[in-house]
Amino acid sequence: MKKKFSITLMALLLVAALGGCAGGKSSGNESSTAPDATQGSQASVSGQGTEDPNGNKDSKYGGKVVVGVQQDIDSLDPHKATAAGTKEILFNIFEGLLKVNENGSLICAVASDYSVSEDGLTYTFTLRDNVKFHNGNKVTAEDVKYSLERASGLLDGTALVSSLTTLKSVDIVDEHTVQVTTGSANLELIYSFTTAIIPAGSGEAEGSNPIGTGPFSFVSYKPQEGLVVKKNPDYWQEGLPYLDEVQFKIVSGADTALLELKGHSIDLYSYLTDSQAEELKNDYQILSAPSDVLQGMFLNNAVAPFNDVRVRQAVCYAMDRDLANQFVVGGNGTIMSAPMLPAMKDYYVELNDVYGTGANVEKAKQLLAEAGYADGVSFTVRVPSNYEAHVQTAEVVAEQLKDANIDCKIELVDWNTWLEDIYKGRNYQATLCGITCDMTPSYLTVRFQTDHKKNFINFANADYDVAYQKAAASLNLEEKAKYYKQAQEIFVKEAGTAFIQVPPITIAMNKNLSGYKFYPIYVQDMSTVYFNK
Amino acid sequence: MKYLVKKFVTLIMTLFLVSVLAFLAFQIIPGDVVTSILGTEATPEREEQLRQELGLDKPPVVRYFRWAGSVLKGDFGDSYRYSKNMNQMMPVAELIGDKLPVTLLLAALSMIFIAVIAIPLGVLWARSKNKVFDVMMNMGTQTAMAVPSFFLGVLVTYLFGILLKWFAPGGYISYKEDFWGCISYLVFPAISVAIPKIAMTARFLRNSMLTESGSDYVRTAYSKGASERRVAYFHVLRNAMMPVVTFLGMIIAEIVAGSIVVEQVFSLPGIGKLLISSISTRDFPVVEILILYITFVVIVVYFLVDVLYRVIDPRISNK
Amino acid sequence: MKKVGAWFKKQNAYFLVGLVMTGLAVMLGILSFFWTPFSTTSMSAAERFHGPSLRHLFGTDNFGRDIFSRVMQGIGTTVIVSSLIVVISAGAGILIGAITGYFGGILDEIIMRITDAINAFPSILLALVVISILGSGKQNVIFSLGIVFAPSYVRIVRSEFIRLRDADFVCRARLMGVKKLRILFVHILPNIWSVFWVSVTIGFNNAILAESGMSYLGIGVQPPDASLGKMLSDAQGYLGRAPWYALAPGLTIVWIVLGFSLLSEGIRRKEAGKR
Repeated sequence: MKKKFSITLMALLLVAALGGCAGGKSSGNESSTAPDATQGSQASVSGQGTEDPNGNKDSKYGGKVVVGVQQDIDSLDPHKATAAGTKEILFNIFEGLLKVNENGSLICAVASDYSVSEDGLTYTFTLRDNVKFHNGNKVTAEDVKYSLERASGLLDGTALVSSLTTLKSVDIVDEHTVQVTTGSANLELIYSFTTAIIPAGSGEAEGSNPIGTGPFSFVSYKPQEGLVVKKNPDYWQEGLPYLDEVQFKIVSGADTALLELKGHSIDLYSYLTDSQAEELKNDYQILSAPSDVLQGMFLNNAVAPFNDVRVRQAVCYAMDRDLANQFVVGGNGTIMSAPMLPAMKDYYVELNDVYGTGANVEKAKQLLAEAGYADGVSFTVRVPSNYEAHVQTAEVVAEQLKDANIDCKIELVDWNTWLEDIYKGRNYQATLCGITCDMTPSYLTVRFQTDHKKNFINFANADYDVAYQKAAASLNLEEKAKYYKQAQEIFVKEAGTAFIQVPPITIAMNKNLSGYKFYPIYVQDMSTVYFNK
Repeated sequence: MKYLVKKFVTLIMTLFLVSVLAFLAFQIIPGDVVTSILGTEATPEREEQLRQELGLDKPPVVRYFRWAGSVLKGDFGDSYRYSKNMNQMMPVAELIGDKLPVTLLLAALSMIFIAVIAIPLGVLWARSKNKVFDVMMNMGTQTAMAVPSFFLGVLVTYLFGILLKWFAPGGYISYKEDFWGCISYLVFPAISVAIPKIAMTARFLRNSMLTESGSDYVRTAYSKGASERRVAYFHVLRNAMMPVVTFLGMIIAEIVAGSIVVEQVFSLPGIGKLLISSISTRDFPVVEILILYITFVVIVVYFLVDVLYRVIDPRISNK
Repeated sequence: MKKVGAWFKKQNAYFLVGLVMTGLAVMLGILSFFWTPFSTTSMSAAERFHGPSLRHLFGTDNFGRDIFSRVMQGIGTTVIVSSLIVVISAGAGILIGAITGYFGGILDEIIMRITDAINAFPSILLALVVISILGSGKQNVIFSLGIVFAPSYVRIVRSEFIRLRDADFVCRARLMGVKKLRILFVHILPNIWSVFWVSVTIGFNNAILAESGMSYLGIGVQPPDASLGKMLSDAQGYLGRAPWYALAPGLTIVWIVLGFSLLSEGIRRKEAGKR
């Protein structure tokens, strides 16, 4: 029995986590299986007509790229940074023991290998021995211990990374091995070991600039202007990065970004709207992929009129998601209905047929009549004004809902008001926004439990709670997936929220650049980007 | 002297009032800076720790006087939002010091445009007896004054940036990296700032000159046989310039206090843009100091204009 | 008919041109409350970004909505909002300016400091405060901009009252035992109208620009309602693809403001001619 369990567990980990570690098709991963594989030095790689270590023929080393980013950095401390806009940049400077790759699976980074005990409580990491910090020092077990303890709160009682709070201890076994003990078995914890490794003691003491192990090292940061990084010549992945310097430039808004792109003062920008992409397609390469954002009209299940499941369902029926997709993102969005990223193929269940993707006005009116709103219903949707796409979607949805006698008023609020009043204060009827997810299946599902403190839509369903808890506790992949799917089905049937779509992430890139990789999470990996010869 | 003391006391009182108002404003508007910084996924301990670090666990009155006390000592505090490096937040003084030159350069350039174009234009207009020219100038200046600054910014960007490609929209270069590059970019936002002000100044100067030319001393000058040219330039202009100086002073104050919209349209990292983003991120220390700065500039410029007036024209009594 | 012709002959060109420009705009704005060529909100995927044509005079926007209809609605909103801002700020200006100017003293000192403070206070922060207390919406934009603009009227009215408070006719009225309120608003106030009207027309322009500016920054009129400033800010992202989208509301603002300026210039010249 015990043996069987362990095999299942390993199978799960292989699927969920180890995928990349065992070697994959992408570039530097090979060196993780053969860390001391001696290849030619980087300098000799740029010979004509030959492939570089990553198999690219037309690549050129060197060059400087300006990447436009939307948000200013919230912290240069990788453990304290929480904004998605900051993490997307810091991905280039910092790495964890493990790292997410472009398929969303985990690959080894600072660690070269790891294993999990049968009971799921002990994680043992073997460190790669050629990893150096940007200050030239080798990464030691001491650094790993410090970093994990600092992030999990074991160091001073203040946890900086909430998912690591279950850690009980971090122990140095020998100079290459670190063992982590956790209080409760949770398969999804493995994703938290992407937490950045920083030099021991650097967090509080010296560290006049951020030091990590990533493909680029920090050069300078100026509030409101941006951040500059330069190539890390000692990066452990052979042949990466290509570029000498990357400047992350903060542009104040999508409109300004468009002007800057037109003026060619940025080389790469990734939050284009559909019509901006249309406008730029002659001057730039336009690439598109699903983002990690779930967009929906979130309904407050605790207040009228949405405390009646029939009204919630009526809204779901009355929405024409195809049209919203068409208008706002040019049909490049992925319509979805459940609280899970469709990219999480093992767990996501496609439930678009429940309410249909077009508008079903008759059904909506019928449900409203049953709920006692035969003459129509009225509510206010509060939308964060800084997200142009959400505002536009709200305009489209409000117009559609009119057909079903639903009067939807739009109220724009600034982002901090949204956070405090709507997300924390739950003072709203409906809000149209997007939630950025990570690669754990529990990311959204966990917060719709009745008593969860992040259950900002006040969803309350006992069956859902049971299904979620079973899913979270399960150490068996199939079983886990089954319960997650069950939870999603309940959620959608109850119309907890009117999900709309996963908007695409559309980038414009300088025509001379290649090698850009989309990730299922919100990062800008500049290490594989190169100038064409 | 008594006048100076009185003005100084007034300045201090206004600054105090403004700082209290700004503080109150921050008590009222929703949005918790801790949530704003940490986002929605932070641990409660981390939130609590940050609240303590920022001193937000203290009651509002204590916080205000603590802040005011350190400002009086010359310590403007640290930004809540911008970090200098991994362990240290950006001091407000440094943050503003970094943005101020951009706004000042923009102000200087705009003023040069205004002075170089508006003054000759105003004189020409006042002296012209051509009716068509008068109507053209009248309509032209009225139109220029009717264009909202953000629309003008968009038009300038579209015309010079996208159609003519004379500059790269958004391609601001830091004055530290390349001073002349920076100036050549700033020319375009400066044009947007300057156009309506040129129109206003030219109108103002013309009216002022027309009023002056009706005065006794002008008639005296003519009767003494001075040429029309001489009268226009040496007598009328000098006297007519005085109200114009006041007017220019107001314009300087306005631009130095930050051309919020123009900085936004041209993505210039100046004071105006910093103010907007600091308000939206609830970066209280930065906003407070910026508001004090703006108040200070406005009041001091008005004061200097007032003094200048008295120096030039002793007829104004020192009440 | 003859009378009308005679009336027209008496007016100067500035006044007439201004009257025609503003009249046209205001009429379109009022008309929009009852009728627009197309619905201002209904969307059409097939008609996105159509250039100006006979069917759509000003073209269509990113949702395929008729820009001319939305500009009409925008004029209505903008003109009403701006007029109310002027009424509030000028009303407050007269009341406060009259009292402080006439009586002076410590109250005057305090109120002047407050107006200084409001003058220096960023209007966006003030608007955020008002909106967070009262909620967002047109009426609160009117209210907050009313506060923002009041100090300039206070200053003008105050200085006029200071100038006139010791004038002969006021002294005589005082000696005759006329009540203070009557002196303020019956004796002095009519004498400042000419100065006041000029600042009202300027203030009206400033209010239009400020309302547009507020909407441009996302505070103010809420979508899907159209306001000229909001349309302009939405359009900025489509400048290369659909320049008419930005030009239509932008030029409309210029049209209205210019119309009012000419109107006030005309009035000013007429007044000057009378003297």
